[in-house]
Amino acid sequence: MIVPGMTTSTGTPPRLTDQASDATGAIGVAEVTGAGAAAAEEDFFVDHRVPAVRHLLSIADLDRDGILEIMRLSDAFAEVSERPIPKVPALRGRTVATVFMEPSTRTRLSFETAAKRLSADVMTFTAATSSAVKGESLRDTVETIDAMGIDAMVIRHHSSGAPLRVTNWVGASVINAGDGTHEHPTQALLDCFTIREALTARHDGEIPADLKGLRIAIVGDIKHSRVARSNVLAFSALGAQVVLVAPATLMPASLEGWPVTATGDLDAILGELDVIYLLRIQSERLGEVLLPSLDEYHWRYGLTRARADALKKDALVMHPGPMIRGVEISPEVADLPASLVTRQVRNGVIVRMAVLFHLLGSGAM
Amino acid sequence: MADRERGLTRPSGRVFVARSHVMDGDEVRRALVRIAHEIVERNRGLQDVVVIGLQTGGVWLAERLVAILREIEGTAVPFGTIDVAFYRDDIGLRPVLPEEVTDLPFDITGRTVVLVDDVLFTGRTVRAALEAFAARGRAGVVQLAVMVDRGHRELPIRPDFVGKNLPTRRDELVDVTEKGVTIGDLLTTDKERGVR
Repeated sequence: MIVPGMTTSTGTPPRLTDQASDATGAIGVAEVTGAGAAAAEEDFFVDHRVPAVRHLLSIADLDRDGILEIMRLSDAFAEVSERPIPKVPALRGRTVATVFMEPSTRTRLSFETAAKRLSADVMTFTAATSSAVKGESLRDTVETIDAMGIDAMVIRHHSSGAPLRVTNWVGASVINAGDGTHEHPTQALLDCFTIREALTARHDGEIPADLKGLRIAIVGDIKHSRVARSNVLAFSALGAQVVLVAPATLMPASLEGWPVTATGDLDAILGELDVIYLLRIQSERLGEVLLPSLDEYHWRYGLTRARADALKKDALVMHPGPMIRGVEISPEVADLPASLVTRQVRNGVIVRMAVLFHLLGSGAM
Repeated sequence: MADRERGLTRPSGRVFVARSHVMDGDEVRRALVRIAHEIVERNRGLQDVVVIGLQTGGVWLAERLVAILREIEGTAVPFGTIDVAFYRDDIGLRPVLPEEVTDLPFDITGRTVVLVDDVLFTGRTVRAALEAFAARGRAGVVQLAVMVDRGHRELPIRPDFVGKNLPTRRDELVDVTEKGVTIGDLLTTDKERGVR
Protein backbone atom coordinates (compact mmCIF):
# COMPACT_ATOMS: atom_id res chain seq x y z
CA MET A 1 0.00 0.00 0.00
CA ILE A 2 1.34 3.40 -0.88
CA VAL A 3 0.54 5.65 2.01
CA PRO A 4 1.67 9.25 1.69
CA GLY A 5 1.84 10.82 5.10
CA MET A 6 0.09 7.88 6.62
CA THR A 7 -1.17 8.28 10.14
CA THR A 8 -0.51 5.18 12.10
CA SER A 9 -2.55 3.66 14.84
CA THR A 10 0.38 3.38 17.20
CA GLY A 11 1.29 7.00 16.76
CA THR A 12 4.52 6.55 14.82
CA PRO A 13 5.18 10.00 13.39
CA PRO A 14 4.71 10.11 9.63
CA ARG A 15 7.72 11.68 7.98
CA LEU A 16 6.36 12.79 4.71
CA THR A 17 3.23 14.71 5.42
CA ASP A 18 3.83 18.14 3.93
CA GLN A 19 6.00 17.10 1.04
CA ALA A 20 3.51 14.49 -0.03
CA SER A 21 0.72 16.98 -0.36
CA ASP A 22 3.05 19.55 -1.90
CA ALA A 23 4.06 17.16 -4.59
CA THR A 24 0.50 16.71 -5.70
CA GLY A 25 -0.03 20.45 -5.35
CA ALA A 26 -2.19 22.45 -7.62
CA ILE A 27 -0.67 23.59 -10.85
CA GLY A 28 -1.67 26.51 -12.94
CA VAL A 29 -0.63 28.92 -15.62
CA ALA A 30 -0.07 32.56 -14.82
CA GLU A 31 -0.32 35.52 -17.13
CA VAL A 32 2.99 36.27 -18.77
CA THR A 33 3.91 39.88 -18.29
CA GLY A 34 6.59 42.20 -19.64
CA ALA A 35 8.82 41.51 -22.59
CA GLY A 36 8.31 37.77 -22.57
CA ALA A 37 4.96 37.57 -24.30
CA ALA A 38 6.41 36.30 -27.58
CA ALA A 39 7.97 33.25 -26.00
CA ALA A 40 4.96 32.62 -23.81
CA GLU A 41 4.79 28.86 -24.26
CA GLU A 42 8.31 28.34 -22.95
CA ASP A 43 7.97 30.79 -20.10
CA PHE A 44 6.20 28.64 -17.58
CA PHE A 45 6.63 25.13 -16.38
CA VAL A 46 4.40 22.65 -14.70
CA ASP A 47 5.40 20.48 -11.80
CA HIS A 48 4.26 16.98 -12.73
CA ARG A 49 6.08 15.05 -10.05
CA VAL A 50 4.32 11.97 -8.77
CA PRO A 51 3.46 12.04 -5.08
CA ALA A 52 6.10 10.92 -2.65
CA VAL A 53 5.48 7.40 -1.42
CA ARG A 54 6.43 5.70 1.80
CA HIS A 55 5.71 2.01 1.48
CA LEU A 56 5.46 -0.53 -1.31
CA LEU A 57 3.08 -3.24 -0.22
CA SER A 58 1.03 -3.99 -3.30
CA ILE A 59 0.98 -3.28 -7.01
CA ALA A 60 -2.64 -2.23 -6.54
CA ASP A 61 -1.52 0.95 -4.83
CA LEU A 62 1.00 1.88 -7.51
CA ASP A 63 -1.24 2.96 -10.31
CA ARG A 64 -0.18 2.88 -13.95
CA ASP A 65 1.77 6.13 -13.54
CA GLY A 66 3.56 4.78 -10.50
CA ILE A 67 4.64 1.67 -12.38
CA LEU A 68 5.83 3.72 -15.35
CA GLU A 69 7.77 6.00 -13.00
CA ILE A 70 9.60 2.95 -11.60
CA MET A 71 10.28 1.79 -15.19
CA ARG A 72 11.79 5.18 -16.04
CA LEU A 73 13.98 5.17 -12.93
CA SER A 74 15.01 1.59 -13.75
CA ASP A 75 16.26 2.76 -17.15
CA ALA A 76 18.67 5.09 -15.35
CA PHE A 77 19.82 2.32 -13.00
CA ALA A 78 20.24 -0.10 -15.91
CA GLU A 79 22.85 2.32 -17.24
CA VAL A 80 24.48 2.48 -13.81
CA SER A 81 24.79 -1.30 -13.61
CA GLU A 82 26.61 -1.44 -16.94
CA ARG A 83 29.41 0.79 -15.69
CA PRO A 84 32.80 -0.60 -14.69
CA ILE A 85 31.96 0.47 -11.12
CA PRO A 86 28.21 -0.19 -10.93
CA LYS A 87 27.66 1.90 -7.84
CA VAL A 88 26.35 5.40 -7.06
CA PRO A 89 26.38 7.30 -3.76
CA ALA A 90 22.66 8.11 -3.89
CA LEU A 91 21.63 6.52 -0.58
CA ARG A 92 24.88 7.02 1.31
CA GLY A 93 24.21 6.99 5.03
CA ARG A 94 20.83 5.25 4.77
CA THR A 95 20.26 1.82 6.23
CA VAL A 96 18.14 -0.89 4.66
CA ALA A 97 17.19 -3.92 6.75
CA THR A 98 16.10 -7.15 5.13
CA VAL A 99 13.79 -9.15 7.37
CA PHE A 100 13.09 -12.58 5.93
CA MET A 101 10.85 -14.81 7.99
CA GLU A 102 10.65 -17.31 5.14
CA PRO A 103 13.51 -18.92 3.25
CA SER A 104 14.73 -17.00 0.22
CA THR A 105 18.11 -16.39 -1.24
CA ARG A 106 17.52 -14.72 -4.56
CA THR A 107 15.11 -12.02 -3.42
CA ARG A 108 17.14 -11.19 -0.33
CA LEU A 109 20.44 -11.13 -2.23
CA SER A 110 18.82 -9.05 -4.94
CA PHE A 111 17.59 -6.43 -2.46
CA GLU A 112 20.91 -6.40 -0.63
CA THR A 113 22.85 -5.99 -3.86
CA ALA A 114 20.51 -3.18 -4.90
CA ALA A 115 20.97 -1.39 -1.57
CA LYS A 116 24.75 -1.77 -1.74
CA ARG A 117 24.88 -0.39 -5.29
CA LEU A 118 23.12 2.69 -3.94
CA SER A 119 25.77 2.92 -1.19
CA ALA A 120 23.21 2.22 1.55
CA ASP A 121 24.18 0.13 4.55
CA VAL A 122 22.52 -3.25 4.79
CA MET A 123 21.30 -5.11 7.85
CA THR A 124 20.28 -8.72 7.41
CA PHE A 125 17.81 -10.59 9.54
CA THR A 126 16.94 -14.19 8.83
CA ALA A 127 14.44 -16.11 10.90
CA ALA A 128 16.54 -19.24 11.27
CA THR A 129 19.41 -17.53 13.11
CA SER A 130 17.37 -15.07 15.17
CA SER A 131 15.38 -14.80 18.34
CA ALA A 132 12.25 -15.55 16.29
CA VAL A 133 13.10 -19.20 16.92
CA LYS A 134 13.14 -18.38 20.64
CA GLY A 135 9.54 -17.24 20.36
CA GLU A 136 9.84 -13.49 19.88
CA SER A 137 6.78 -12.00 18.20
CA LEU A 138 6.95 -10.32 14.81
CA ARG A 139 6.04 -7.01 16.40
CA ASP A 140 8.87 -7.16 18.92
CA THR A 141 11.31 -8.24 16.23
CA VAL A 142 10.55 -5.43 13.81
CA GLU A 143 10.34 -2.81 16.56
CA THR A 144 13.76 -3.87 17.76
CA ILE A 145 15.23 -3.60 14.29
CA ASP A 146 13.50 -0.27 13.71
CA ALA A 147 14.91 1.04 16.98
CA MET A 148 18.44 0.52 15.66
CA GLY A 149 17.72 3.30 13.19
CA ILE A 150 16.82 2.13 9.73
CA ASP A 151 15.31 3.89 6.74
CA ALA A 152 13.72 0.96 4.95
CA MET A 153 12.62 -2.51 5.95
CA VAL A 154 12.33 -5.18 3.28
CA ILE A 155 10.09 -7.86 4.67
CA ARG A 156 9.10 -11.35 3.59
CA HIS A 157 6.60 -13.22 5.70
CA HIS A 158 4.55 -16.39 5.35
CA SER A 159 1.37 -14.57 6.39
CA SER A 160 -0.53 -12.45 3.89
CA GLY A 161 -0.79 -8.89 5.17
CA ALA A 162 2.15 -9.05 7.58
CA PRO A 163 3.97 -6.12 5.90
CA LEU A 164 0.85 -3.98 6.24
CA ARG A 165 0.76 -4.70 9.97
CA VAL A 166 4.45 -3.85 10.20
CA THR A 167 3.80 -0.36 8.77
CA ASN A 168 1.88 0.34 11.98
CA TRP A 169 4.81 -0.61 14.15
CA VAL A 170 7.85 0.97 12.49
CA GLY A 171 8.87 4.40 11.26
CA ALA A 172 10.85 3.03 8.31
CA SER A 173 9.56 2.61 4.78
CA VAL A 174 8.25 -0.93 4.41
CA ILE A 175 8.78 -2.91 1.21
CA ASN A 176 6.86 -6.13 0.72
CA ALA A 177 9.21 -8.83 -0.57
CA GLY A 178 6.45 -11.43 -0.62
CA ASP A 179 3.72 -12.02 1.96
CA GLY A 180 1.98 -15.37 2.06
CA THR A 181 -0.28 -15.80 -0.94
CA HIS A 182 -0.91 -12.06 -1.23
CA GLU A 183 1.63 -10.12 -3.29
CA HIS A 184 5.23 -9.81 -4.40
CA PRO A 185 5.26 -6.36 -5.98
CA THR A 186 8.95 -6.03 -6.84
CA GLN A 187 8.79 -9.31 -8.77
CA ALA A 188 5.96 -7.90 -10.89
CA LEU A 189 7.86 -4.66 -11.47
CA LEU A 190 10.98 -6.48 -12.61
CA ASP A 191 8.88 -8.70 -14.88
CA CYS A 192 7.29 -5.63 -16.50
CA PHE A 193 10.75 -4.14 -16.94
CA THR A 194 12.10 -7.36 -18.45
CA ILE A 195 9.26 -7.64 -20.97
CA ARG A 196 9.63 -3.98 -21.87
CA GLU A 197 13.37 -4.47 -22.35
CA ALA A 198 12.83 -7.54 -24.56
CA LEU A 199 10.37 -5.58 -26.67
CA THR A 200 12.85 -2.71 -26.96
CA ALA A 201 15.40 -4.96 -28.60
CA ARG A 202 12.70 -5.99 -31.02
CA HIS A 203 11.48 -2.47 -31.85
CA ASP A 204 14.77 -1.05 -33.16
CA GLY A 205 15.79 0.21 -29.74
CA GLU A 206 12.56 2.11 -29.25
CA ILE A 207 11.31 1.69 -25.67
CA PRO A 208 7.61 0.80 -25.78
CA ALA A 209 5.46 2.99 -23.56
CA ASP A 210 3.71 0.04 -21.97
CA LEU A 211 2.63 -3.56 -22.59
CA LYS A 212 -0.45 -2.63 -24.57
CA GLY A 213 -1.85 -5.35 -26.80
CA LEU A 214 0.35 -8.14 -25.43
CA ARG A 215 -1.27 -11.47 -24.61
CA ILE A 216 0.35 -12.93 -21.51
CA ALA A 217 -0.42 -16.35 -20.04
CA ILE A 218 0.42 -17.07 -16.41
CA VAL A 219 0.64 -20.83 -15.98
CA GLY A 220 0.72 -22.85 -12.79
CA ASP A 221 -0.35 -22.65 -9.19
CA ILE A 222 -2.36 -19.44 -9.46
CA LYS A 223 -4.20 -20.14 -6.21
CA HIS A 224 -1.15 -20.00 -3.97
CA SER A 225 0.93 -17.57 -6.00
CA ARG A 226 1.66 -14.06 -4.79
CA VAL A 227 3.68 -13.58 -7.95
CA ALA A 228 0.57 -14.25 -10.04
CA ARG A 229 -1.47 -11.71 -8.08
CA SER A 230 1.06 -8.93 -8.41
CA ASN A 231 1.70 -9.72 -12.06
CA VAL A 232 -1.99 -9.79 -13.00
CA LEU A 233 -2.32 -6.30 -11.55
CA ALA A 234 0.88 -4.95 -13.09
CA PHE A 235 0.48 -6.49 -16.55
CA SER A 236 -3.09 -5.32 -16.89
CA ALA A 237 -2.31 -1.85 -15.53
CA LEU A 238 0.15 -1.56 -18.41
CA GLY A 239 -2.45 -2.65 -20.94
CA ALA A 240 -1.70 -6.34 -21.45
CA GLN A 241 -4.38 -9.02 -21.67
CA VAL A 242 -3.74 -11.69 -19.06
CA VAL A 243 -4.97 -15.26 -19.26
CA LEU A 244 -4.55 -17.59 -16.29
CA VAL A 245 -3.86 -21.25 -17.04
CA ALA A 246 -4.12 -23.92 -14.35
CA PRO A 247 -5.91 -27.11 -13.42
CA ALA A 248 -9.14 -26.36 -11.57
CA THR A 249 -7.59 -27.37 -8.25
CA LEU A 250 -4.90 -24.71 -8.55
CA MET A 251 -7.20 -21.91 -9.72
CA PRO A 252 -8.63 -19.50 -7.12
CA ALA A 253 -12.23 -20.25 -6.16
CA SER A 254 -13.38 -16.96 -7.65
CA LEU A 255 -11.76 -14.63 -10.17
CA GLU A 256 -14.41 -11.98 -9.73
CA GLY A 257 -12.95 -8.51 -10.11
CA TRP A 258 -9.71 -9.77 -11.64
CA PRO A 259 -9.00 -8.27 -15.06
CA VAL A 260 -8.26 -11.71 -16.55
CA THR A 261 -9.65 -14.67 -18.42
CA ALA A 262 -8.96 -18.24 -17.35
CA THR A 263 -8.60 -21.61 -19.00
CA GLY A 264 -7.50 -25.13 -18.16
CA ASP A 265 -6.29 -25.89 -21.65
CA LEU A 266 -2.80 -24.59 -22.30
CA ASP A 267 -2.39 -26.19 -25.73
CA ALA A 268 -5.45 -24.37 -27.09
CA ILE A 269 -3.95 -20.90 -26.56
CA LEU A 270 -0.21 -21.47 -27.10
CA GLY A 271 -0.18 -20.03 -30.60
CA GLU A 272 -1.65 -16.66 -29.60
CA LEU A 273 0.68 -15.85 -26.68
CA ASP A 274 3.32 -13.11 -26.66
CA VAL A 275 4.58 -14.09 -23.22
CA ILE A 276 4.28 -17.36 -21.33
CA TYR A 277 4.94 -16.88 -17.62
CA LEU A 278 5.51 -20.12 -15.71
CA LEU A 279 5.04 -20.32 -11.96
CA ARG A 280 6.87 -22.70 -9.71
CA ILE A 281 4.78 -25.56 -8.37
CA GLN A 282 5.20 -24.83 -4.69
CA SER A 283 5.14 -28.29 -3.20
CA GLU A 284 5.64 -26.74 0.26
CA ARG A 285 2.37 -24.86 -0.08
CA LEU A 286 0.40 -27.79 -1.44
CA GLY A 287 -0.91 -28.92 1.94
CA GLU A 288 -3.76 -30.84 0.44
CA VAL A 289 -3.47 -33.18 -2.50
CA LEU A 290 -4.19 -30.90 -5.44
CA LEU A 291 -2.21 -32.68 -8.12
CA PRO A 292 -2.17 -36.37 -8.93
CA SER A 293 1.56 -36.16 -9.58
CA LEU A 294 4.23 -33.74 -10.73
CA ASP A 295 4.71 -35.87 -13.83
CA GLU A 296 1.10 -35.44 -14.79
CA TYR A 297 1.41 -31.68 -14.26
CA HIS A 298 4.41 -31.61 -16.53
CA TRP A 299 2.54 -33.60 -19.17
CA ARG A 300 -0.44 -31.23 -19.17
CA TYR A 301 1.02 -27.83 -18.23
CA GLY A 302 4.80 -28.04 -18.43
CA LEU A 303 6.57 -26.12 -21.16
CA THR A 304 7.91 -29.05 -23.15
CA ARG A 305 9.88 -28.87 -26.35
CA ALA A 306 6.71 -29.60 -28.35
CA ARG A 307 4.83 -26.76 -26.62
CA ALA A 308 7.75 -24.38 -27.07
CA ASP A 309 7.65 -25.15 -30.80
CA ALA A 310 3.94 -24.33 -30.89
CA LEU A 311 4.58 -20.84 -29.49
CA LYS A 312 4.89 -17.80 -31.74
CA LYS A 313 8.42 -17.37 -33.06
CA ASP A 314 9.11 -14.31 -30.92
CA ALA A 315 7.18 -15.37 -27.80
CA LEU A 316 8.97 -14.78 -24.49
CA VAL A 317 9.38 -17.40 -21.77
CA MET A 318 9.57 -16.22 -18.17
CA HIS A 319 9.80 -17.78 -14.73
CA PRO A 320 10.25 -16.07 -11.35
CA GLY A 321 12.58 -18.83 -10.12
CA PRO A 322 13.60 -21.07 -8.62
CA MET A 323 12.87 -23.22 -11.68
CA ILE A 324 12.15 -26.87 -11.18
CA ARG A 325 13.32 -28.40 -14.43
CA GLY A 326 11.17 -31.30 -15.47
CA VAL A 327 8.04 -29.90 -13.77
CA GLU A 328 7.13 -26.43 -15.05
CA ILE A 329 9.68 -26.47 -17.83
CA SER A 330 11.74 -29.00 -19.70
CA PRO A 331 15.48 -28.67 -19.20
CA GLU A 332 16.18 -28.01 -22.88
CA VAL A 333 13.52 -25.28 -23.09
CA ALA A 334 14.88 -23.47 -20.04
CA ASP A 335 18.10 -22.82 -21.95
CA LEU A 336 16.54 -21.53 -25.17
CA PRO A 337 17.23 -17.93 -26.18
CA ALA A 338 13.53 -17.11 -25.75
CA SER A 339 13.93 -17.76 -22.04
CA LEU A 340 14.35 -14.51 -20.10
CA VAL A 341 14.97 -16.18 -16.75
CA THR A 342 18.54 -14.93 -16.21
CA ARG A 343 17.55 -11.52 -17.55
CA GLN A 344 14.82 -11.41 -14.90
CA VAL A 345 17.42 -12.03 -12.19
CA ARG A 346 19.71 -9.30 -13.52
CA ASN A 347 16.83 -6.86 -13.81
CA GLY A 348 15.72 -7.71 -10.28
CA VAL A 349 18.68 -5.79 -8.90
CA ILE A 350 18.04 -2.83 -11.21
CA VAL A 351 14.34 -2.54 -10.43
CA ARG A 352 14.94 -2.91 -6.69
CA MET A 353 17.47 -0.09 -6.89
CA ALA A 354 14.71 1.98 -8.47
CA VAL A 355 12.21 1.01 -5.78
CA LEU A 356 14.62 1.82 -2.94
CA PHE A 357 15.59 5.12 -4.54
CA HIS A 358 11.95 5.95 -5.21
CA LEU A 359 11.01 5.39 -1.58
CA LEU A 360 14.11 6.82 0.10
CA GLY A 361 15.62 9.26 -2.37
CA SER A 362 13.25 10.83 -4.78
CA GLY A 363 10.78 12.17 -2.27
CA ALA A 364 11.87 14.68 0.35
CA MET A 365 11.97 13.12 3.79
CA MET B 1 15.87 27.90 -16.91
CA ALA B 2 18.08 25.08 -15.89
CA ASP B 3 16.19 21.95 -15.04
CA ARG B 4 18.34 21.72 -11.96
CA GLU B 5 17.03 25.06 -10.84
CA ARG B 6 13.50 23.99 -11.52
CA GLY B 7 14.42 21.10 -9.29
CA LEU B 8 15.64 23.38 -6.54
CA THR B 9 12.30 25.10 -6.49
CA ARG B 10 10.29 21.91 -6.40
CA PRO B 11 7.91 20.83 -5.13
CA SER B 12 6.02 23.95 -5.84
CA GLY B 13 2.93 23.98 -8.00
CA ARG B 14 4.17 27.45 -8.93
CA VAL B 15 4.81 28.83 -12.38
CA PHE B 16 7.76 30.58 -13.97
CA VAL B 17 6.88 34.04 -15.26
CA ALA B 18 9.39 35.80 -17.50
CA ARG B 19 10.34 39.33 -16.45
CA SER B 20 13.12 40.37 -18.79
CA HIS B 21 14.95 38.91 -21.75
CA VAL B 22 18.67 39.57 -21.38
CA MET B 23 20.05 37.77 -24.45
CA ASP B 24 18.38 36.93 -27.73
CA GLY B 25 18.94 33.82 -29.82
CA ASP B 26 21.70 35.42 -31.91
CA GLU B 27 23.58 36.50 -28.82
CA VAL B 28 23.43 32.97 -27.39
CA ARG B 29 24.73 31.60 -30.71
CA ARG B 30 27.57 34.14 -30.86
CA ALA B 31 28.54 33.43 -27.26
CA LEU B 32 28.75 29.73 -28.14
CA VAL B 33 30.99 30.47 -31.14
CA ARG B 34 33.26 32.53 -28.88
CA ILE B 35 33.36 29.77 -26.24
CA ALA B 36 34.25 27.24 -28.96
CA HIS B 37 37.18 29.39 -30.06
CA GLU B 38 38.28 29.81 -26.45
CA ILE B 39 38.21 26.04 -25.96
CA VAL B 40 40.39 25.51 -29.04
CA GLU B 41 42.74 28.26 -27.95
CA ARG B 42 43.05 27.15 -24.32
CA ASN B 43 43.71 23.52 -25.27
CA ARG B 44 45.87 24.32 -28.33
CA GLY B 45 43.55 22.35 -30.57
CA LEU B 46 41.13 19.57 -29.81
CA GLN B 47 43.52 16.74 -29.06
CA ASP B 48 41.96 14.55 -26.31
CA VAL B 49 39.05 16.97 -25.85
CA VAL B 50 35.61 15.48 -25.11
CA VAL B 51 32.40 17.45 -24.60
CA ILE B 52 29.86 16.34 -21.99
CA GLY B 53 26.46 18.00 -21.57
CA LEU B 54 24.72 18.02 -18.22
CA GLN B 55 21.18 16.62 -18.41
CA THR B 56 19.04 18.24 -19.40
CA GLY B 57 19.76 21.98 -19.81
CA GLY B 58 23.36 21.56 -20.92
CA VAL B 59 22.76 18.91 -23.56
CA TRP B 60 21.55 21.05 -26.45
CA LEU B 61 24.30 23.61 -25.73
CA ALA B 62 26.89 20.84 -25.76
CA GLU B 63 25.53 19.54 -29.07
CA ARG B 64 25.78 23.00 -30.63
CA LEU B 65 29.27 23.39 -29.25
CA VAL B 66 30.38 20.11 -30.82
CA ALA B 67 28.95 21.25 -34.18
CA ILE B 68 30.73 24.60 -33.99
CA LEU B 69 34.03 22.93 -32.99
CA ARG B 70 33.70 20.70 -36.05
CA GLU B 71 33.29 23.77 -38.27
CA ILE B 72 36.28 25.54 -36.72
CA GLU B 73 38.78 22.70 -36.51
CA GLY B 74 37.29 20.01 -38.74
CA THR B 75 37.43 17.56 -35.87
CA ALA B 76 34.48 15.61 -34.46
CA VAL B 77 35.04 15.60 -30.71
CA PRO B 78 33.43 12.76 -28.72
CA PHE B 79 30.14 13.84 -27.18
CA GLY B 80 28.32 12.44 -24.17
CA THR B 81 25.66 13.37 -21.67
CA ILE B 82 25.52 12.84 -17.94
CA ASP B 83 22.76 12.92 -15.36
CA VAL B 84 24.06 13.55 -11.87
CA ALA B 85 20.90 12.92 -9.85
CA PHE B 86 22.43 9.97 -8.00
CA TYR B 87 25.47 12.02 -7.00
CA ARG B 88 23.66 15.02 -5.56
CA ASP B 89 24.24 15.98 -1.94
CA ASP B 90 20.64 17.01 -1.33
CA ILE B 91 19.00 13.60 -1.81
CA GLY B 92 16.48 13.34 0.98
CA LEU B 93 16.35 17.11 1.43
CA ARG B 94 14.21 17.62 -1.64
CA PRO B 95 12.84 15.44 -4.40
CA VAL B 96 15.63 14.28 -6.68
CA LEU B 97 14.90 12.34 -9.83
CA PRO B 98 17.09 11.64 -12.83
CA GLU B 99 15.96 13.64 -15.84
CA GLU B 100 17.47 11.38 -18.45
CA VAL B 101 19.67 8.35 -18.76
CA THR B 102 23.40 9.05 -18.77
CA ASP B 103 25.03 8.37 -22.14
CA LEU B 104 28.81 8.42 -21.89
CA PRO B 105 30.08 5.96 -24.50
CA PHE B 106 33.80 6.58 -24.01
CA ASP B 107 36.47 6.44 -21.32
CA ILE B 108 37.33 9.82 -19.85
CA THR B 109 40.63 8.72 -18.35
CA GLY B 110 43.38 11.15 -19.37
CA ARG B 111 41.01 13.20 -21.57
CA THR B 112 40.28 16.91 -21.43
CA VAL B 113 36.64 16.97 -20.40
CA VAL B 114 34.65 20.10 -21.26
CA LEU B 115 31.55 19.99 -19.06
CA VAL B 116 28.68 22.07 -20.45
CA ASP B 117 25.67 23.42 -18.57
CA ASP B 118 23.24 26.25 -19.21
CA VAL B 119 23.35 28.07 -15.87
CA LEU B 120 25.98 28.03 -13.13
CA PHE B 121 24.38 28.86 -9.80
CA THR B 122 25.32 27.25 -6.47
CA GLY B 123 27.89 24.91 -8.04
CA ARG B 124 26.34 21.85 -6.44
CA THR B 125 25.40 20.25 -9.75
CA VAL B 126 28.97 20.67 -10.96
CA ARG B 127 30.29 19.14 -7.73
CA ALA B 128 27.99 16.16 -8.31
CA ALA B 129 29.25 15.89 -11.89
CA LEU B 130 32.88 15.87 -10.70
CA GLU B 131 32.04 13.01 -8.34
CA ALA B 132 30.29 11.17 -11.17
CA PHE B 133 33.41 11.56 -13.33
CA ALA B 134 35.61 10.27 -10.53
CA ALA B 135 33.57 7.07 -10.47
CA ARG B 136 34.31 6.53 -14.15
CA GLY B 137 38.00 7.17 -14.38
CA ARG B 138 40.53 9.93 -13.92
CA ALA B 139 39.99 12.77 -16.33
CA GLY B 140 43.20 14.59 -17.29
CA VAL B 141 41.58 18.02 -17.09
CA VAL B 142 38.00 19.08 -16.44
CA GLN B 143 36.90 22.46 -17.78
CA LEU B 144 33.51 24.06 -17.25
CA ALA B 145 31.57 25.95 -19.93
CA VAL B 146 28.27 27.67 -19.06
CA MET B 147 26.02 30.05 -20.95
CA VAL B 148 25.14 32.05 -17.84
CA ASP B 149 27.02 32.52 -14.58
CA ARG B 150 24.46 33.96 -12.20
CA GLY B 151 26.57 33.98 -9.02
CA HIS B 152 25.51 32.77 -5.54
CA ARG B 153 28.11 30.00 -5.39
CA GLU B 154 28.00 27.73 -2.36
CA LEU B 155 31.16 25.81 -3.26
CA PRO B 156 34.63 26.81 -4.52
CA ILE B 157 33.81 26.17 -8.18
CA ARG B 158 34.43 28.55 -11.08
CA PRO B 159 33.68 28.33 -14.79
CA ASP B 160 36.41 28.32 -17.48
CA PHE B 161 34.19 29.58 -20.30
CA VAL B 162 31.21 31.88 -19.72
CA GLY B 163 28.59 33.16 -22.17
CA LYS B 164 27.42 35.94 -19.91
CA ASN B 165 27.91 36.99 -16.30
CA LEU B 166 24.46 37.83 -15.05
CA PRO B 167 23.93 39.32 -11.57
CA THR B 168 20.68 37.93 -10.15
CA ARG B 169 18.69 37.77 -6.97
CA ARG B 170 18.77 34.39 -5.32
CA ASP B 171 15.04 33.85 -5.70
CA GLU B 172 15.00 34.66 -9.41
CA LEU B 173 15.18 32.01 -12.08
CA VAL B 174 17.24 32.11 -15.27
CA ASP B 175 15.93 30.33 -18.34
CA VAL B 176 18.27 29.50 -21.24
CA THR B 177 16.89 28.33 -24.57
CA GLU B 178 18.02 28.70 -28.17
CA LYS B 179 15.71 31.71 -28.33
CA GLY B 180 17.63 33.52 -25.66
CA VAL B 181 18.12 34.05 -21.94
CA THR B 182 15.29 35.17 -19.67
CA ILE B 183 15.14 36.20 -16.04
CA GLY B 184 11.89 35.57 -14.25
CA ASP B 185 10.16 34.75 -11.01
CA LEU B 186 8.30 31.84 -9.60
CA LEU B 187 4.80 32.95 -8.82
CA THR B 188 2.20 31.16 -6.80
CA THR B 189 -0.96 30.63 -8.78
CA ASP B 190 -4.41 31.68 -7.63
CA LYS B 191 -5.38 28.07 -7.38
CA GLU B 192 -2.43 27.33 -5.14
CA ARG B 193 -3.16 30.39 -2.98
CA GLY B 194 -6.68 29.08 -2.48
CA VAL B 195 -5.33 25.79 -1.24
CA ARG B 196 -2.97 27.28 1.32
